[in-house]
Amino acid sequence: MSAHPGGILAAYQHVDSAAEAIRRLKSQGYNDLIVYTPVPNVEIARAVGHKVSSVRLWTLIGGLLGCASGFALTLWMSYDWPLVVGGKPVGSVIPYVVIAFELTILFGAGATILGLLFNSWRTNQRGAYDGRFTDDQIGVFVPCPVERRPAVEEMLRNSGAVEVRVET
Amino acid sequence: MATVVEPEQQKAAQPTYHEITRDIAATLGRPSRAYFVLLGFVLSVLAVGAFALLWQVRWGLGVAGYTPPVLWGVYITTFVFWVGIAHSGTLISAILYLFRSAWRTSVYRTAEAMTVFAVLTAGLFPLIHVGRIWYAYWLFPYPNQRQLWVNFKSPLLWDVFAVSTYLTVSTLFLIVGLVPDVAAVREKATGWRRKLYEITSLGWRGTDQQWRHYVRAYLYLAALATPLVLSVHSVVSWDFAMAIVPGWHATIFAPYFVAGAIYSGVAMVVTLLVPLRKVFKVERYITVDHFENLSKLLLLTGMIVAYAYAVEYFMAWYSGNPFERDSFFNRAFGDYWWATWTMITCNGLLPFLLFFRKIRRSIPALFVLSLFVNLGMWFERFVIIVVSLSHEFNPYAMGHYTPSWVEWSILAGSFAWFFLWFLLFAKNFPMVSITEVKEIIPMPRRGRREP
Repeated sequence: MSAHPGGILAAYQHVDSAAEAIRRLKSQGYNDLIVYTPVPNVEIARAVGHKVSSVRLWTLIGGLLGCASGFALTLWMSYDWPLVVGGKPVGSVIPYVVIAFELTILFGAGATILGLLFNSWRTNQRGAYDGRFTDDQIGVFVPCPVERRPAVEEMLRNSGAVEVRVET
Repeated sequence: MATVVEPEQQKAAQPTYHEITRDIAATLGRPSRAYFVLLGFVLSVLAVGAFALLWQVRWGLGVAGYTPPVLWGVYITTFVFWVGIAHSGTLISAILYLFRSAWRTSVYRTAEAMTVFAVLTAGLFPLIHVGRIWYAYWLFPYPNQRQLWVNFKSPLLWDVFAVSTYLTVSTLFLIVGLVPDVAAVREKATGWRRKLYEITSLGWRGTDQQWRHYVRAYLYLAALATPLVLSVHSVVSWDFAMAIVPGWHATIFAPYFVAGAIYSGVAMVVTLLVPLRKVFKVERYITVDHFENLSKLLLLTGMIVAYAYAVEYFMAWYSGNPFERDSFFNRAFGDYWWATWTMITCNGLLPFLLFFRKIRRSIPALFVLSLFVNLGMWFERFVIIVVSLSHEFNPYAMGHYTPSWVEWSILAGSFAWFFLWFLLFAKNFPMVSITEVKEIIPMPRRGRREP
């Protein structure tokens, strides 16, 4: 049994051809297609029509959590064993800003990575793949039932695909 | 990801996407005999450093040349030096990324790897300096049997947080940048390398969903790394500026240290790139234009450093503080005059040669200059730390410090440790970013570009 759903896999040399094919497929209701590109590309992203990634929320929450943890950690530890150092107040907020700042960055970066991993896992696309798509070609995989494959195959060929093959 | 294409780069003969993957994947082939000779040399120097460290562990810190009042010597000097080296990596990978500077794409991976390995090296020195390395965990706040917590008001503890955050974030940034590149070389690798790349590419296929999240995550990591890089060397400078030692207690220290750090880091990038492009035959991707841009960065930061040197002396005179004046007089004409003048010549005078275009575009000249800057920047930290401590307030408490063979050996060992990581990385992971170099070249189009 195949690890991915059956469908048609097309390879493109030209970004405008691939973008045009994606737009046509989307207009025909193929919304679960997978597009592979060797580099991120605005034209392809617009054709696919995704919303902005929610990774930014992870970054924001991680950063705020880091900042709060930095102040909480320093203040709580200072008052847990009150010790006057250099005549300064036991809980001195100004020097603790440095710790809070560093933890903001640390937690923010960590949360960004977690957000990237989580979102990539959540939106994981299973489909046929070819090693050329990380090299120099753009791939479009269209999952579709057997009866609709000839029409999709013809449309992809007509849109300038250099190779089209059926994946079962 | 960089999106702006510079006209100069457009004009040059552009490689195709396939050629980029092929050329950079070719750098990961079987190492040459020269590589193993170099690796053997680096391991030998590292062994000398490790022996010296074990000697110190066995006999205690007395084997270092510490003589009161100088109890911060070569180890702290070298710590600041390596943290400084790390800085240009983040400048090139994060700050220039946010400015959409296209020329950084070919050199940023080297700079970023250098950052990680430099922080990895720097992080050893506070541990070596405290003597009992096995108690290094005392630096971190953790519940202990004495119910004591660390002193968060101390800049030394800020350093612990700053440096460990910097190491973590720069490592994450390096790994994230590597993932699509490793996936690209995965398809061409065989044997154990293929296995390695299959694992480290984390299942990357370059799907639309993966890029959607990746591009955002990369942007936010760059945005977080930018203030971080400025904070880390500011915090390192406060290790000194927060104390009342003449020569240290100055508000100029944070920007002065950050500029110096970027300056030394760019010099180290040049030192590493010159042999790297020859050995790996990537002259097509790392061109003279890249070196000229790096030398402009060197010139800018070098002038800031030269200005800071002048301002330091001016402030010592203008403050009217006799201790401050005496400290700076001692720097220039005291026992360590040679160190001060090495620093001023290498960092304050030589970079002005970069005003000449011929020198900016001469790779051998830049390589030699970068070695002088590295030397000068190590001496800058030596002058700030050792010379200031040796000549404080009370003439009866002044002293002289000469580093011992143990310290020199550990210093040499630190270079070996740094180059060991770099050599291992360079032969196993792409040292030029495949994805980002491709990105500055527009994707092939069949028809006319859309308006």
